[in-house]
Amino acid sequence: MKILVAIKRVVDYNVNIHVRSDNSGVELNNVKMSMNPFDEIAVEEAIRLREAGKAEEVIVVSVGTSACREQIRTALALGADRGILVETDAELQPLAIAKLLVAIVKQEAPMLVITGKQAIDGDNSQTGQMLAALAGMSQATFASELLLGDDTATVTREVDGGLETITVKLPAVVTTDLRLNEPRYASLPNIMKAKKKPIDTCSPEDLGVDVTPGLKILKVTEPPERQAGIILETVEELVDKLQNEAKVI
Amino acid sequence: MDFEFNEQQRAIQDAVVRICRAFGDDYWLARDTDGEFPEAFVKAITESGWLGIAMPEAFGGSGLGITEAAILAHAIARSGAGMSGASAVHLNLFGPNPIVVFGTEEQKQRFLPPLIQGKDRACFGVTEPDAGLNTTRLETRAVRDGDHYIVNGRKHWTTMAQTANKILLVTRTTPISECAKPSEGLTLFYTDLDQARVEVRLIEKMGRKAVDSNALFIDDMIIPVADRIGAEGDGWKCLLHGLNPERILIAAEAVGLGQVALERAAAYARERIVFDRPIGKNQAIQHPLAVNWMELEAAHLMVFKAASLYDAGKPCGAEANTAKYLAAEAAHQACQRSVLTHGGMGYAKEYHVERYLREIMIPVIAPISQELIKSYIGERILGQSKSY
Ligand SMILES: Cc1cc2nc3c(=O)[nH]c(=O)nc-3n(C[C@H](O)[C@H](O)[C@H](O)COP(=O)(O)OP(=O)(O)OC[C@H]3O[C@@H](n4cnc5c(N)ncnc54)[C@H](O)[C@@H]3O)c2cc1C
Repeated sequence: MKILVAIKRVVDYNVNIHVRSDNSGVELNNVKMSMNPFDEIAVEEAIRLREAGKAEEVIVVSVGTSACREQIRTALALGADRGILVETDAELQPLAIAKLLVAIVKQEAPMLVITGKQAIDGDNSQTGQMLAALAGMSQATFASELLLGDDTATVTREVDGGLETITVKLPAVVTTDLRLNEPRYASLPNIMKAKKKPIDTCSPEDLGVDVTPGLKILKVTEPPERQAGIILETVEELVDKLQNEAKVI
Repeated sequence: MDFEFNEQQRAIQDAVVRICRAFGDDYWLARDTDGEFPEAFVKAITESGWLGIAMPEAFGGSGLGITEAAILAHAIARSGAGMSGASAVHLNLFGPNPIVVFGTEEQKQRFLPPLIQGKDRACFGVTEPDAGLNTTRLETRAVRDGDHYIVNGRKHWTTMAQTANKILLVTRTTPISECAKPSEGLTLFYTDLDQARVEVRLIEKMGRKAVDSNALFIDDMIIPVADRIGAEGDGWKCLLHGLNPERILIAAEAVGLGQVALERAAAYARERIVFDRPIGKNQAIQHPLAVNWMELEAAHLMVFKAASLYDAGKPCGAEANTAKYLAAEAAHQACQRSVLTHGGMGYAKEYHVERYLREIMIPVIAPISQELIKSYIGERILGQSKSY
């Protein structure tokens, strides 16, 4: 069984992000970039399945500029077997990424695709779902546990107010939640080995996919600065403020 | 000229940063209090293969250079592990260099894999109480007796001798009076630290409590000839080979510690409100921190210049010494300024920076003093008379 893991290059979660002065987006110059943390969990899960003998090969795919090679290399150092880069400098929205991934799924025919439930840059939480729909695969999102059978996957999902366990037919798309596993870190020997693992490159044109964005971003702004809190003397005062100033009750 | 890490170097830095994240400020504060060796940290570093970073691939290492080892050492210190974290693995990283360069195949096969796997832990016995920085005056005597040498003498400051099972030991085999030059007649060994023949006495010290330094009393210690590195009398030559890498590594560690001290100072200066304003709004607080940043950056560049030269097989004595000097100065300033920025809290252990200040004294003092570096530059670069 092959497992395909889709990973995204995003701003590192430790970085304090700033909006560009022309409000066109977030400043990415000279900013540390990393693999989306939910995708790290996806890579880890795939490697564990291979180590448990449930899969033979783990392939990682990323869509974006040539710089994404670095995150693919990271996944290879964690233990993935080979990489695919769909290389483009175009602005990419979830639908375009999902279509490109469908094309890769057609080429590779994996029984399982694992990816993060969302990427921490856009927080869209769309790619996995769109991919499953477009490729005609089952989907199990927000997984906190994944058990792989011969032709089914049993997935525990984190939903509002609790956990839901579902069984889906393979091939399936699973998106990862935080508690699915704790990703390992790369060892030095594996970083060295990763250099020799192959990364194939193709373009959206090669895959016959039109990536023209369907949405236009009008403006990106910083959230308003938090105001200092106030200390009130009595409960009456609090109720009054909530009613008449905040207008929440 | 390229001032950027390559992809693999970034991956190395990233991976080390992640390992270190599991050992936070509380861990290092606790080790500084209880003085326990940071075994869990060393285990994590060892299991991920980092000890072999600069060791040959043929013996289980990764065959990378001092540049990569410096990235590793810097990332450890920078994480807040400081000299406690860095010193705990430092010797396994480049200490074995004389074995790599001058050892026989048999010796490399016997000595390197266990060091890389963390099964052996080495300490380094150079400094002696009565020789000081004038290393060639060391008096620990090794006398050949058939297949063995019998060794007697004293070593001082030997770090990690409490838990090490191996020692890289410099001895005198020919009395200095019979040598044409003081640097002759020295011999290097890498051998078992036989605790029955060597008394190891802990030195209570200012900082880095978790990584012990010791006085060694060597009494009729027997060393097989097979454990001699290089020829008899070639000890100085063997030793010299490892000096530049060691200085580069310690400089990288100092920069890392200075940077984490500065980061804490900057954060505190933003948050601490006095006279209704963040203290960092005062230039008297802000400007010294800006200077610390610039000095640390410059020192860091010198570290990597020296490392690049070394890895390219070029002479790097002036650069390695300069890196050690600049890094120690910059980091010492940064640690001191960090304490001052924190005001009274800088003196409280829970803010961590007083620990950094105690630890940063180590790269200022060792493995060579700032004074002797100035003497070296004066003599070798500026053509002045030898002053020491
Ligand atoms: C925490 C720690 C760990 C250590 N670990 C080890 C270890 O594992 N193995 C090991 O072998 N050693 C170790 N050392 C020893 C260290 O390398 C020495 O302390 C250092 O080399 C200085 O030598 P010294 O202490 O004998 O100083 P001295 O030589 O006594 O010098 C004292 C002072 O006089 C100055 N001075 C001396 N001569 C001159 C001159 N001609 N001109 C100008 N100034 C001069 C020096 O700069 C210094 O300031 C360690 C030291 C410390 C503090």
